[in-house]
Amino acid sequence: MNQLVDAVLVLLILTGFLLLGSSRLAACIRAVAIQGLLLGFLAIAIQDGQLTVVGTLLPLVSATVKGFLLPWLLFRAMREADTVREVEPFISYNLSIMIGAVGLALSLWLGQHLRLPSQPESSVLVPAALFTILAGLIVTVSRRKAITQVVGYLALENGIYAFGAAVALEMPILVELGILLDVLVGVFVMGIAIFHINRQFDHIDTGRLTSLTDRVR
Amino acid sequence: MRSLFPLLLAITLAPFIQGVINRTKAFVAGRTGPPLAQPYHDLWKLIRKGAVYSQTTTWLFRAGPVVGLAATICAAALLPFGAFPAAMAFSGDLILLAYLFALARFFIVVAALDTGSSFEGMGASREVTFSALAEPALFLGIAALARQTGHLSLTSVLAAISTGTWMHAAPALSLTIGALMIVFLAENARIPVDDPATHLELTMIHEVMVLDHSGPDFAMIQYAAALKMWLLGALIIAIAFPWHTDNPWLDGIAGLTGMLALGIITGVIESSMARLRLVRVPQLLIAAIVLSGLALALVPK
Repeated sequence: MNQLVDAVLVLLILTGFLLLGSSRLAACIRAVAIQGLLLGFLAIAIQDGQLTVVGTLLPLVSATVKGFLLPWLLFRAMREADTVREVEPFISYNLSIMIGAVGLALSLWLGQHLRLPSQPESSVLVPAALFTILAGLIVTVSRRKAITQVVGYLALENGIYAFGAAVALEMPILVELGILLDVLVGVFVMGIAIFHINRQFDHIDTGRLTSLTDRVR
Repeated sequence: MRSLFPLLLAITLAPFIQGVINRTKAFVAGRTGPPLAQPYHDLWKLIRKGAVYSQTTTWLFRAGPVVGLAATICAAALLPFGAFPAAMAFSGDLILLAYLFALARFFIVVAALDTGSSFEGMGASREVTFSALAEPALFLGIAALARQTGHLSLTSVLAAISTGTWMHAAPALSLTIGALMIVFLAENARIPVDDPATHLELTMIHEVMVLDHSGPDFAMIQYAAALKMWLLGALIIAIAFPWHTDNPWLDGIAGLTGMLALGIITGVIESSMARLRLVRVPQLLIAAIVLSGLALALVPK
């Protein structure tokens, strides 16, 4: 079973790098969708055969929302906002991947030195979770478009979800469902916000939003 | 005597893999394609020709192909095949393998620069740039294998990898194979990185360096390239098909089948992908470094 968990976690890390290295917006959204599906799979695989009804349903719901619903919303927002399909990063893709590699090294180091209340299922779990969080962070700060920031935020949330799987196997259902709802509403609101920003300014370039000010120049 | 077997196998069968790749590409494109032994005919044709040397070149130009081939044959002596141990094996020979490849490349590059042609200088610059990124990927991949098995000699490392290793370290091994596959394609100038079929100097990497070589010199370069492809391929196959039966000949046949499969896979990759833009190639190679680095990190202590 540990093999399977390890494989899923490695795939999670690889999708993180896919997110950092791909130049197409659609590819980024797909990478996050794959992460969502992988996390659903991880949550089931990590229970090691002792499946409960809730323990199976919850990951399935979360995988459906993160793997299909949210990407659909993002693709819709992308279409509505008529964006160019390229990511337009502030830093080059190679540099993003290299920063990601440094982040991975940092996560691996942290994963070894972090004291956790319970021993996680796999030694890669904490590093993979931390790396996904870092990858989300890098995408959020280094990309120009508003949509990529939503994508980064989703990756961040995926990382936190994976970390939750590492620390607490049994999270209360209410909390987990609440988080899922929050993310859903968050992406909803951001989609609408992107649409409005686009209608108001004819672009969703966050680099140019800094020039927004009340002062008359 | 038996330990010379992998070396002899590599020396005799290396160009055959190129034939398999070309045949696969032709098959996918709906053509019959050249016969499988075509690379041998090409080599034989080149050997019978005379060589032309430019007056601007020095002894470096003539030394390039010779050293390149000699270094590659030495590398072939280090790599086992199937259950047959390599002709030479000592602790740390996996580092020598990587550096023998580097030595061969260095002399080919120096020979290219020696011609003073701007085209060859361009090719040399590209070759060195990309191999500088491919080498860490190869090193980290081999290091991951060494750490996994606890051995420092290629023969014992590859002998220690078995189906049992796959049972408890499948993620690390698959990552290593992925990284080595990218290195295999990049180092052998195959399609996502370089197009071996094109003769447009603007897009070529490897081919453009050897434009001025002719006759037997060119045959040596071609043959060394085929040998290098066989060696990197054999390394991948030894990890991907680690079955060890009691009968070494059966293992050898399994390895040969694996090489054949690798040739077909490479042909399919070449038929289904376009060559990457030159600026995207480093990204692919950095991805390979990341893959093998991750494999190294995944190996349990």
